[in-house]
Amino acid sequence: MEAFGLLLHGFAVLLTWKTLALMMIGLVLGIFVGVLPGLGGPNGVAILLPLTFTMDPTSAIVMLSCIYWGALFGGAITSILFNIPGEAWSVATTFDGYPMAQQGRAAEALTAAFTSSFIGSLVAVLLITFLAPMISSFALKFGPPEFFAVYLLTFCSFVGLGREAKHKTVISMSLGLLLAGVGMDTVSGQLRMTFGSSELLRGINFLVAVIGLFGISEILLTMEERLALRGHAASISLRVVLSVWKDLPKYWVTLLRSSFIGCWLGITPGGAIAASFMGYNLAKRFAKDPESFGKGRIEGVFAPETAAHASGTSALLPMLALGIPGSGTAAILLGGLMVWGLNPGPLLFVEHKDFVWGLIASMYLGNVVGLVLVLTTVPIFASILRVPFAAVAPMIVVSCAIGAYAIQNAMFDIWLMLGFGVVGYVFKKIGIALAPFTLALVLGNRAEDAFRLSMIGSGGDLKVFWSNGLVGSITTLAIVLLFWPAIDALLGRVRWTQRTRATSC
Amino acid sequence: MRRNVRLLELAIFSPHNTKPIRNQGTKLVRIPVKAVGAATALLLSAPAFAGWEPTKPVEIVVAAGAGGASDQMARMMQAAIQKNNLMKQPMVVSLKGGASGAEALMYMKSSEGDPNKVLIAYSLIYMLPLSAKIPFNWRELTPVSVIALDQFVLWDNSAGPKTVKEFVDAAKAATAPFKMGGTGSKREDHVLTVFLEQKTGAKFSYLPYKSGGEAATQLVGNHTESNVNNPSENLEVWRAGQVRPLCVFDKERIAYTGKVTDTQSWADIPTCKEEGVDVQYLMLRAMFLPGKVTPEQQAFYVELFHKVTQTAEYKDYMEKQALKPIFLTGKDMVQFLEEDDATNKSLMTEAGFVAK
Repeated sequence: MEAFGLLLHGFAVLLTWKTLALMMIGLVLGIFVGVLPGLGGPNGVAILLPLTFTMDPTSAIVMLSCIYWGALFGGAITSILFNIPGEAWSVATTFDGYPMAQQGRAAEALTAAFTSSFIGSLVAVLLITFLAPMISSFALKFGPPEFFAVYLLTFCSFVGLGREAKHKTVISMSLGLLLAGVGMDTVSGQLRMTFGSSELLRGINFLVAVIGLFGISEILLTMEERLALRGHAASISLRVVLSVWKDLPKYWVTLLRSSFIGCWLGITPGGAIAASFMGYNLAKRFAKDPESFGKGRIEGVFAPETAAHASGTSALLPMLALGIPGSGTAAILLGGLMVWGLNPGPLLFVEHKDFVWGLIASMYLGNVVGLVLVLTTVPIFASILRVPFAAVAPMIVVSCAIGAYAIQNAMFDIWLMLGFGVVGYVFKKIGIALAPFTLALVLGNRAEDAFRLSMIGSGGDLKVFWSNGLVGSITTLAIVLLFWPAIDALLGRVRWTQRTRATSC
Repeated sequence: MRRNVRLLELAIFSPHNTKPIRNQGTKLVRIPVKAVGAATALLLSAPAFAGWEPTKPVEIVVAAGAGGASDQMARMMQAAIQKNNLMKQPMVVSLKGGASGAEALMYMKSSEGDPNKVLIAYSLIYMLPLSAKIPFNWRELTPVSVIALDQFVLWDNSAGPKTVKEFVDAAKAATAPFKMGGTGSKREDHVLTVFLEQKTGAKFSYLPYKSGGEAATQLVGNHTESNVNNPSENLEVWRAGQVRPLCVFDKERIAYTGKVTDTQSWADIPTCKEEGVDVQYLMLRAMFLPGKVTPEQQAFYVELFHKVTQTAEYKDYMEKQALKPIFLTGKDMVQFLEEDDATNKSLMTEAGFVAK
C-alpha cells in the first residue's frame, strides 16, 4: 500500500532526537497556552509562529502542530475544572465535565477527556492517511446550499434533541443569532447594529462571550453560595486513569459515532465547531436515560471530546489539500506554511511528499506523546480544586480578563466579557440554557451568509436545498431532527403497543 | 447610468518600466543617514540611523483574515525582516480583519501618534468609507510607501469555456445568470463584475464570499462559473489544472515569463483588452503609519520597507504571486494615492456602490 510506505518514510524523517525534543517543547508550550482561557490554540500558535522561521519546514511544522495538540489537550482542563471553555469546541465538554468535577470526579473527567481526544484524533489521522485524495474531492462538493444544510442540521439537532424546554432553547438561540448579526454584513457590505460605535465594528467575538457567559457567571453563582468550594478534593491517583480505561470498551458506540461525526464535519470546510455539539446531542439521544446527561455522566465527556478532536484533526486536511482552513488555528498554520514557501493546495501532496508525510507522522507521534504527558499531569491539574475558592477565584477572573483582552487586544472586550458574565448569571437563574446561545453566536453569521448566497445563486428558489442527493439528505435529516420529539413519541407509542402485545401473548 | 462606460484606468505609474523603481527610496529619505556603508549596516543587526528606531515590538496590522493575500504578504515581510536582521525589535502580525477590514482602519485611526503600528493597506482604504460609511480617511494616516500592485484575472473552471469570447457568449446564452464568486460586497471584485456586465452585456449573479481562497475552491467545485481573483489566490488551483485564466485586467500582460503550469506562464495570459473587453484595474499594496508620527519615525519605516523590497524573500514573493513591483514614497506616493482615490471613487459611483 502506497500510503503505508510513505507514512513509514514520514516516521523515518521524524525520528531524530532533535525533532523529538522539539515535539516535547511544543507540547508543553501548547498545554500551557491551552490552560489559559481565551489564549487557546490560535493565539498560542500565532505567538509562537515566529520562533520557527529559522527552522526547516518539517521541524517547524512538527513543533507548531505539537503546540496545537498541546493546546487542544489543555483546553479541556479549564472546561472541566472551572466551566470555562478555552475553545469553541470545548463548550460541550463543560456540560458534563464540570458537574463531574463538582462531584469530586475531576480526575476521572480529565482522564476521559484526554483519552477521548486521543481516540478522536487517532481516527481522524487514520482517515487522513488512507483517504486523503478522496476526501478532498468530497470537500469540493460543498457549495453555499450544502453549507447551510449542515448549519441547519446543527441548529435543528439542538432544538429537537435538547433536554431543555423547546421555547427556552429557541429564545436562547434567537438572542445568539441577533448578537451574531452585529458588525459588518459581508453579503451586503453594510454595517448592522453598530450604532456608530467603532468598538462594535468587529462584531461580538464568540470567545469573549463564552468566557463571560460560562466563566464569570459561574464565579458569580459560587460567590452567592457563600464562597463554598463545590469541587471536593478529588481522590487522585493513576489508578483512576486505569479504571476509566477499563470502562472504555463499554462506550465504543459513542466513541465510534462521535469520531465519525467529527471526521465528517471536520473535512467539511468550516464545519469543525458544530461537531462537538452534535456528538454530545446524539450521544444523549441514543442513551437509555437521557435525563442523566448534564449531571456528570462520563459519556457526556467522551462524546463531545472525541468529536471535537476528530474534527479538529481532520480540519487540517482541507487546509492542506485545498488551502481552506477549517479552524482558527488551522488558518494560522496556513500562514506559517506560506512563510516556509509551501503553498497548500492540490499539488502539495504531490510536490512536497516529505513535508506532508512528516506532518502526518508527527500527528501520530505528537498524539501519543501528548497523551502520556497530560495523563501524568492529571493529578497536578486536578489538585487545583483543593485550593480554597477565595484564592482561586481572583486568579480565574484575572486570567479570564487577560484571555478576553488577548483575543483582539481590545479593552472593550473586557467590559463585554463582564457584561456577558451578568447575562450568563441571569440566564442560569431563570433556567435558559447557554449552549444554544453560544452555538448561534458562533454559527449564526456563517449560516446567514450561506443561506443568502444560496438564495442569490438560485434566484430565491428554496428548492435549491433539495437540488441534489447530498444537500437534500442533509436538509431532510435536519427537519426530521427538528421535529424529533413528536416523531419519537409516535415511534414510542408504536413500540409500546408492540411490546405490550408481545408480553401479553 | 451612462451607457458609455469610462475606461477603468488607473493612475499611470512608470509605464515604461515594470521593474522595481529602486532609486527613489533613498532619494526620498530626508534625514541624514549616518555615513556607514549599507553593507555593514545589513551585516550588523543595528540599522544605521541617526534618528529614531522602535523600542517596542512593531505590530504589522492586517486588514483581512488569516491566510489571505495581505496576511501572506505581512508574514513574508515579517520573515524577511527577521531573517535579514533589518530591525532590532521583533515584528508581530496582528490580524484585524473584522468588519471586512474596517476594524484595522479604525484601529489605525485611533492609534494616533503610535509609531509601533504599521498598516498593510489595499483598496479598501478608498472603498470602505464610501460603501459602508466608515468614518475613515486615509489622509489621516501617515503614508510610508507603496510596495506592490496586485493584478486581477478573470478565471473560469477548466471544464468551462476556453476563451473570453466563448465565456461571454455562454454567459449571455445561459438561462440563469452565471455565478461570479468574489471577496466581499461592493469592493474591487464586485466593481469589476459590474463593469464586466456593462462592457459585455452579459448578466452575472455576484456571490460575495469571505475570502479569495473560498472563491477559488467554490469555482473548482463548480458552485460558481467564474471569479476575478488575484493571481495569488488562484495560483495553486491553476497549477493543479482545475481553473483556467481567461484574461488579466491590465493594459499590459503580466511580466513574469517563468512557467507556472506545465505549459503556461503568467505572461501567456492575454489582457482583457486584447480579448475585446476593455476593463482594467490594479490594486495597491501600501504601508501606512498612524497619524501624527514624527518625520524621523516615518523615515525609519521608509528605509525599512525599502530594504525589504531588496531582499530575496520579497523578490521571490513578487514573482510567485505575480505582483507588480513598485516602490513609491514621499510626494510620489501621495500623488499616486490621490489619483488612485479619485479613480476608485468614480468607479464606485458609477457602479452605484456609494452609500447615500
